[in-house]
Amino acid sequence: MKARVHVMLKNGVLDPQGEAVRHALGAMGFDKVEGVRQGKVIDLELAEGATEADVAEMCEKLLANTVIERYEIELV
Amino acid sequence: MRAAVVVFPGSNCDRDLAVAFEQAGFQVDMVWHKDAKLPEGIDIVGVPGGFSYGDYLRCGAIAAQSPICKAVVEHTERGGYAFGVCNGFQILTETGILPGALLRNAGLKYICRTVGLKVETSDSAFTEGYNAGDVIGIPIAHHDGNYFADDETLARLRDEDRIAFTYTENPNGSRGDIAGILSHNRRVLGMMPHPERAADEGHGGTDGTALFRALSGVLTPA
Repeated sequence: MKARVHVMLKNGVLDPQGEAVRHALGAMGFDKVEGVRQGKVIDLELAEGATEADVAEMCEKLLANTVIERYEIELV
Repeated sequence: MRAAVVVFPGSNCDRDLAVAFEQAGFQVDMVWHKDAKLPEGIDIVGVPGGFSYGDYLRCGAIAAQSPICKAVVEHTERGGYAFGVCNGFQILTETGILPGALLRNAGLKYICRTVGLKVETSDSAFTEGYNAGDVIGIPIAHHDGNYFADDETLARLRDEDRIAFTYTENPNGSRGDIAGILSHNRRVLGMMPHPERAADEGHGGTDGTALFRALSGVLTPA
């Protein structure tokens, strides 16, 4: 089984890297970009029997810092 | 007085922190990140600056899960003193010992220079060698020092007089200009600036010395 975890900064937390990408896109002429948020994708290869709850626990304890980040789990 | 300084793979201020403790009269033990226990009878544990585990995932995230950090958490839960500088501050927030998180600097650049810090409270073992309102010069050297906490946490830090230092000119976007905060029992201080790099005439400044001297006079072991 594989799981894909998406980690994004929470709304309201400033994302200076996303802002820098937005500025760069604007400077390149892509004038329809109104916002950029940058996050992480973490792919996990899991042994038989692993559950979404296990992955959620991994997110809570290590993969995301829930003070500033939110996560979504996709089982693939 | 005895201090322990934790060493992670990628720590680079561990020796500076140990020397600053020693010059203030502490006997210092260096503790490896794989150790599961702190030495018996220490008065304070120092978590130094650097790039523990290469800053992989998030600054301090992997260090916070190391065996020694579990011992540091237990030490603080017993009421023990701890002091985290720079990456050490990031690690203390990742363990949950201190609230909030450190984000990428708002200007995206790594900043290495001496900044002005305002002492916000002298009511702690760390800051009692200063007067509230003093402005001191302490170096910063970080890429991820932009302190973030939600409105409720910021209000609590203010109400409980737990903001130890603020920047006189905010270099990194930190909310409330916050440079360092205290735990609820005032026995843990985390700060991004490096007082151990302003603790000897050869450093070009000695404004950090008072912090270590104050500690050496007041601590009781947990």
